[in-house]
Amino acid sequence: MTLRSQAENDAARAAILARVSEALRVPAPPPQLGGHSTSPAVASGHSALAILPADTSRPWLPTGGDSPAESLQLLGENLEKLRATVFRVPDLAAAADCLLAQARERDWHRVAYHAHPLVEPLVAGIPCATHCVAAKDSFDKDALEACDAGLTACECLVAQTGSILVSSGSCGGRALSILPHTHVVVATLDQIVPTLADAFAGIRERYAGQLPSMLSFITGPSRTGDIERILVLGAHGPKELILILVG
Amino acid sequence: MITPSAASTAAKKKFLHDATEHVRDVGHRDFVRRALGGYYTNRDLQQARYHDWEHARDAASLVKWSAVNQLDELLPQFAAAFEANGGQLHWARDAEEARGIVLGLLQAARAKAVIKSKCMTSEEIHLNQALEADGYGVVESDLGEFIQQLRGEPPYHFVFPCMHVRREEISDLFGKHLGTPPTESPEELTMIARRHMRRLYVDADVGITGANFLIAETGQISITENEGNARLTVALPRIHIAIAGIEKVIERLDDLSVLLPMLATAGAGQQMTCYNTLYSGPRREGESDGPEEMHLVLLDNSRTALLADAEQRDALHCIRCGACLNVCPIFKNVGGFTYGTTYQGPIGSVITPHLRGLAEWSHLSAASSLCGACTDACPVRIDIHHHLLHNRRNAARTAPSRLERFGHRLFSQVARRPWLFAAGGWIFRKTLWITKPLRPPLLSAWLATRNLPPAPRQSFRAAWRRRTR
Repeated sequence: MTLRSQAENDAARAAILARVSEALRVPAPPPQLGGHSTSPAVASGHSALAILPADTSRPWLPTGGDSPAESLQLLGENLEKLRATVFRVPDLAAAADCLLAQARERDWHRVAYHAHPLVEPLVAGIPCATHCVAAKDSFDKDALEACDAGLTACECLVAQTGSILVSSGSCGGRALSILPHTHVVVATLDQIVPTLADAFAGIRERYAGQLPSMLSFITGPSRTGDIERILVLGAHGPKELILILVG
Repeated sequence: MITPSAASTAAKKKFLHDATEHVRDVGHRDFVRRALGGYYTNRDLQQARYHDWEHARDAASLVKWSAVNQLDELLPQFAAAFEANGGQLHWARDAEEARGIVLGLLQAARAKAVIKSKCMTSEEIHLNQALEADGYGVVESDLGEFIQQLRGEPPYHFVFPCMHVRREEISDLFGKHLGTPPTESPEELTMIARRHMRRLYVDADVGITGANFLIAETGQISITENEGNARLTVALPRIHIAIAGIEKVIERLDDLSVLLPMLATAGAGQQMTCYNTLYSGPRREGESDGPEEMHLVLLDNSRTALLADAEQRDALHCIRCGACLNVCPIFKNVGGFTYGTTYQGPIGSVITPHLRGLAEWSHLSAASSLCGACTDACPVRIDIHHHLLHNRRNAARTAPSRLERFGHRLFSQVARRPWLFAAGGWIFRKTLWITKPLRPPLLSAWLATRNLPPAPRQSFRAAWRRRTR
């Protein structure tokens, strides 16, 4: 097998798109909805665009909290159910102490991190070796694999689902938050958003035009239920997820 | 019941044989049912957190309906955005073309080791067999898929690939292939796979994944997983190849704020799957890691044939959550392998005749009690059990059974003549007892485990006359 030529790819593209256009000549009936009088489709004449308005309200989904205090409370509850560990600290100095305690307790030998104003002050006082993941040309997979923990910032925290959104742009790339056995996230209170829709809106605002090549919602430590549907934490990603919440 | 109208094909014979075997295996049925027990509890708990689950289903169904019915516009829009992000897009009309594209990419990259995360589309095109035949070592990294790969079996369930395997069997399997000591702890078994896989992520040149959604607006692909194996597969190897069907395109990034939680809740009883990751292109300048190349193989493979069927087009709304399998009485009794298809259960029975031919696969639509549990469970409101009926009707239209036609003609002749109907009824009442010792072939399957009720002494018409007199 050899690499396909551009002409062959274009021919396949044209053939598939022609089939799609031909197939759609007969319109499909709109979906049968649940028969609610308040059904979004009733008002909108079956336009998905109209039922998912530009503002982020999705009143039928699980709540994200109506106030910052409620969202904070909800985030904590969700992370606890997901078996993540949360530490609430007043300032960065206390966050550094917290990380130090974790490093001692778990006997870390090497911690990986990335350059970020929330992350760097925490690493300064850590009593073990450190490895900084930077945007150099060569990426040392083995060095990162040998680390016990990865310390990252995040884009935002989603109260609705207990998710932590990380990106390859400002959270140390793709591997730092998934390869080490423990993932530690440092975040501030103002990074909490109520819902997933708010998280998308925030990303859109921050990266207008050029999105980072990876955006990942992390919802609890890695898990599997593949053996007899019994929950086991730490399948391939981090066994432990620690959130240090500053503020 | 299997209707006699469908031509008896090899696939149907296999189905009947395997179904009969499985239904008798009470231990297997109990095991599968127990494994699903926790799912029902968690799903109900999570659904209760929605202000209005039914309303959310309406929204999800409209998102997918709108996307599938605009595919002619959204596909080119996605393609342009994906390529603008630096991804390379490959269009594949069928399975053979898709396999050829992947093999060509591996050869051009001089790949030695390939790591894969779970991808049903690759099962559909039998990619692993093709790669192995060409001498590439391919490792499935998802725990369930890894176990199935070692067992030499396809997935039993397209979301829970090895839900039928007992922990003792997994322990023996790992002992045989990885030389690990026996253990009955799911935790330890998972850690064995974890340790085994870590080196492989680091050493692989190419990572192959599927995709759950393709976002037309941004050109991103979205991958949902719990274990972190897909994250590693897309972080460490030099080249990322994703494979996805054309029906995975959705219009807007924001649509995911509905679809991601619903996929998790319907599919596995979770609030949100552990990792929901959006990728747009290879490593960017200023990023510390990531692949040098990102490829996406966009697969048709008869999806456009299903798209052309306006009546059943909504079957393309499927987000492969597996909820319809988990609630299906047929799936729970005959098991995943009996279907003999890549996509098992009710949705598999609906789409397989479109993907692989109605003549050979219409029997799947007959293997249903039409209870509608699948339709109730579907987060995107696919009218699954009616589509099973549509398939039955289409099969009867394209390959009508002579026997059935004769039967219907006979009945219409009799029903049109009241005296003949009465005489027929009289004969039937008088001779019904004979069926027990005679066991006529069409009824023998029923009579093997059931008794016919005694024939009534008088006809309904006689009873009615007496009442109204």
